[in-house]
Amino acid sequence: MLTRRIDTEATALQRQGELGIWASLLGQEAAQIGSGRALRDQDFAFPTYREHAVAWCRGIDPLHLLGLFRGVDMGGWDPLADKFNLYTIVIGAQTLHATGYAMGLQRDGVIGTGDPDRDAAVIAYFGDGATSQGDVNEAFIWASVFTAPVVFFCQNNQWAISEPIERQSKIPLYQRALGFGFPGLRVDGNDVLAVYAVTQAALQRAREGSGPTFVEAYTYRMGAHTTSDDPTRYRVSEELEHWKARDPIERVKAYLTRNGVADEDYYAAIEQEAEELAVRLRKGCLELPDPSPLGIFDQVYEETTPELQIQREQFAAYLSSFEAAPGTHQGALS
Amino acid sequence: MTAITLAKGVNLGLRAAMEADPKVLIMGEDVGKLGGVFRVTDGLQKDFGEDRVIDTPLAESGILGTAVGLAMRGYRPVCEIQFDGFVYPAYDQIVSQVAKFHFRSRGLVKMPIVIRIPFGGGIGAVEHHSESPEAYFAHTAGLKVVACSNPIDGYWMIQQAIASDDPIVFFEPKRRYWEKGDLDEAATPDDLFSSRVVQEGTDATVLAYGPMVKTALEAAIAAADEGTSVEVIDLRTLSPLDMTPIHASVRKTGRAVVVHEAPVTLGLGSEIAARISEECFYSLEAPVLRVGGFDTPYPPSRIEEEYLPDLDRVLDAVDRSLAY
Repeated sequence: MLTRRIDTEATALQRQGELGIWASLLGQEAAQIGSGRALRDQDFAFPTYREHAVAWCRGIDPLHLLGLFRGVDMGGWDPLADKFNLYTIVIGAQTLHATGYAMGLQRDGVIGTGDPDRDAAVIAYFGDGATSQGDVNEAFIWASVFTAPVVFFCQNNQWAISEPIERQSKIPLYQRALGFGFPGLRVDGNDVLAVYAVTQAALQRAREGSGPTFVEAYTYRMGAHTTSDDPTRYRVSEELEHWKARDPIERVKAYLTRNGVADEDYYAAIEQEAEELAVRLRKGCLELPDPSPLGIFDQVYEETTPELQIQREQFAAYLSSFEAAPGTHQGALS
Repeated sequence: MTAITLAKGVNLGLRAAMEADPKVLIMGEDVGKLGGVFRVTDGLQKDFGEDRVIDTPLAESGILGTAVGLAMRGYRPVCEIQFDGFVYPAYDQIVSQVAKFHFRSRGLVKMPIVIRIPFGGGIGAVEHHSESPEAYFAHTAGLKVVACSNPIDGYWMIQQAIASDDPIVFFEPKRRYWEKGDLDEAATPDDLFSSRVVQEGTDATVLAYGPMVKTALEAAIAAADEGTSVEVIDLRTLSPLDMTPIHASVRKTGRAVVVHEAPVTLGLGSEIAARISEECFYSLEAPVLRVGGFDTPYPPSRIEEEYLPDLDRVLDAVDRSLAY
């Protein structure tokens, strides 16, 4: 409920021109929360660009997610400290990074020790479209032959922008893992408890040193690909209605209510918390400082180059010429 | 002093780097048991083990992509791309990931990755084995690009590249792998990102790197026979460029010729010519000339000697410059 509210607020901010774009997670909350909650502190997650609820599970302030979409930075969190990589826009590239990181864990001796606070695993998030990428298939091969401790977590939300899953695969995605030599399984991606159980088992298998697992979380992108997309051009409304009846949040609410674990007061309290979160996000988003024009020169290299220093100095002088004589140069700019 | 080949120089440099830092890894195709197709990694897996010298599956994007993850975990991967023409499958990982990670993460994530690429022609190889793709990488912000030309530089420069916290594309002139030089391991090397005057002269400056340094030096000897004094600069660093010694030389000679195997259009020579004209405009006696490969795909090897710049084509350019 909280992450859905983050999503709603971000979409609203985009509609009001405060974000350049937003990639909604609507409908994929159970797949993300279920898998994200299965992670331990020492595990490392490599997201694509829609894993806002996994970021939530990792303790990342959702305000940091907005920076990327507002255009003030490329992700405001510390990927190494938070053990949550920056969002990766190029589809599938992060699966190789995840596999390499997992190979690093092997070399550091932090798998298969039996110590639950020490043994670590990596989880790589990607979508159904990404399974067609060479990088994803190469990651499968690497992880398989090196027995790397990585869980490949595919959210099959049925659509890669306008292309249906049938354009990516003739067989169920989870069956592909067999060809690479490791287990693959499909889980109901809209059942948060099932996702949690399956991911936890796959992560544990990795931590023990038994190698990769492919998890296909079968779910649905209830919204558009991004705020720039118009899904009415390529899919029928009946499909959305079908999946709305399987809304992951409604399902877990029904489960909790039926079992007497939560009541209306509980949901009301969560909604209140969500509203406060949304207000804070909106305020924080509008207050995000724009990056400094000269700042772009400072983080290209660990050790900068003479060429970059010269460009920085020349650009600084150019910019300061406006401050010195606003009447002359601003006119030229406009 | 020990006489070593360039292949051995890089091999010894890799060994020294691995001994100095247990986080240094070597990854690539056939780098382990075989020791690399040019034997540059010969004996390293035997001595450092399969966890540190990794025979990878045969996929270049996979090599670079997993190197990114290993770097995030604190390792210093040295990736070998077996031949220049095989780097393109890894291009996305190099340009979109390796090069940009430091910038995207506001400096929080370092990418101390070295990408070794044997490059250039002249060995009678089949297609895709003789290319000079350095300009693609020199054009990419976030990467640094260097090229060694001799065994001594091979030994020192590979160690300096591995010690760098920035990603470096390291070009090795494959047709010079068997050239010899005397290594003094007690010597102090030049800075990695510095160019060097390797032959002093007064009439014209020839700028070269990698395999063309030897060609330029031979041209300088031939020119001297005709009474022309040619200064030769080994660029060594392609990005960033070390313009200080280049400007000093051109201010002295008034003439510059840039030589590389890569096609001339938008090659390193174009950038160097622009920089020289910006900084040395009033010293120039002639336009900066470029000698390089033609704007064709690399040709079948039976005519590569015609395609590649040689002593005569360098001298021809020097003569044209002097004739202005």
